[in-house]
Amino acid sequence: MLKYKFDWAVVTSGKYFDWLASGLYVTIQLSVVSVALSFLLGLIIAVMRMSHVRPIRWFAHGYLEFFRNTPLLVQIFFWYFGSYKILPQAVNDWMNRQNFEFAAAVVALTIYTSAFIAEDIRSGVLSIPKEQMEAARSSGFSYLGSMRYIILPQAVRLTIPPLINQFLNLAKNSSLAMTIGVAELTYQARQVESYTFKGFEAFTAATLVYVVISSVITILVNIYNKTVLRPMRAR
Amino acid sequence: MTGGLDFNVIRDNLLYFFIGRYPHGPLGGVGLTFYLAVVSLVLSFIGGLILGLLSISHNRVVKWVSLTFINAVRGMPLLMVIFWMYFLWPGLMGRPMPESQTVILALTFFTSAYMSQIVRAGIEGIPKGQTEAAISTGLAPWQAMFYIVLPQGLRNMIPSFVNQFVSMIKDTSLAFIVGVDELTHIATQVNNRTLVFPTEIFLFIAVVYFILCYAFTELSRWMEKRLAWRKAI
Repeated sequence: MLKYKFDWAVVTSGKYFDWLASGLYVTIQLSVVSVALSFLLGLIIAVMRMSHVRPIRWFAHGYLEFFRNTPLLVQIFFWYFGSYKILPQAVNDWMNRQNFEFAAAVVALTIYTSAFIAEDIRSGVLSIPKEQMEAARSSGFSYLGSMRYIILPQAVRLTIPPLINQFLNLAKNSSLAMTIGVAELTYQARQVESYTFKGFEAFTAATLVYVVISSVITILVNIYNKTVLRPMRAR
Repeated sequence: MTGGLDFNVIRDNLLYFFIGRYPHGPLGGVGLTFYLAVVSLVLSFIGGLILGLLSISHNRVVKWVSLTFINAVRGMPLLMVIFWMYFLWPGLMGRPMPESQTVILALTFFTSAYMSQIVRAGIEGIPKGQTEAAISTGLAPWQAMFYIVLPQGLRNMIPSFVNQFVSMIKDTSLAFIVGVDELTHIATQVNNRTLVFPTEIFLFIAVVYFILCYAFTELSRWMEKRLAWRKAI
């Protein structure tokens, strides 16, 4: 028999609503900053992974395998608790002047996600016919130039759906930042739970927000697939 | 750089990292990580199979309800699912549950949704002609599914299941949050006790996780190649 009394007002208005809203704001901030950085890093790693210079290719491969096959939580702990011993003092000082929890979470999320994004970009590039690269090179573009002007613009268009998928994963993964004290949505839901004992309401609200965000974005990706990619493939 | 790294802390606690207090207490460390991952994988295989079959049902309502459920779970962070189980299960059921079971339940609930997609893709990868042939030889549709389509489909799904197992190993690290003594929690304990070796400790467990996960990633790639080769002949 359920003895629990529901009280939705706790999370739909007042102080606790503000907590959840500020948590959502931090979640969005964390996800947007990290996804932008991990796109750049992932692009670099993907290009390195396809380089003709072996050591560069090996380095990129090692990077990908290591960060993809290690739990994100461990990576977050490493950057938050352990990075001070391997980083130069100047970087440590700079990090400590920032909001350190947030910075550590951004670094961990960026590096973790960039490894996945690099693979998505690589498979996008591999799906562009080899002749395009050959044509670009024989008309005088350098390797990086042909990548920059010929291959990547097409590959990125193909890669957008998987990239958005990675953004969704990132938004969900950012919940792990609560373990080092970043006050994002999951953290705030838990705060509300411990202050009010209204765990059911708090967790429902937070879960709904996550699910709504991911559903809306998934629907947008489907529209993009239908309107942009299908005509592109048909050509 | 503030001094070199000192890995003695790893050597001193090596057994603790791998099995926790096992002979004298409950299993922990890498052993428990593996146990959680294996049990949750088996359970979510069953869950994923059921959900996957429901989501390709010809009954519109069944299909719609199961797809909504799958998509909703895929939109949630795993951490949220763990909190749901951890805080709400006792409230709803009126009795507490051991933390490791909470985590197994959460991982199963979460991964079943992802597994169902693998099952679905595996079934859809088998040519329609097979079902039609089976039905025209007199099998009922469910017999065609269970005797003809699934056995072939499941074989093709094996590499994806192994990949899912890799994600599962990584996901067990979240059990730390409710205090289950798996590898990550053991690491934070040792870190809290020794205080000055966080770099060494987290680097070490990252490498341990990496070795575990990479081995299975390679296994899955190898299987995929072998299956592709078998299909070609």
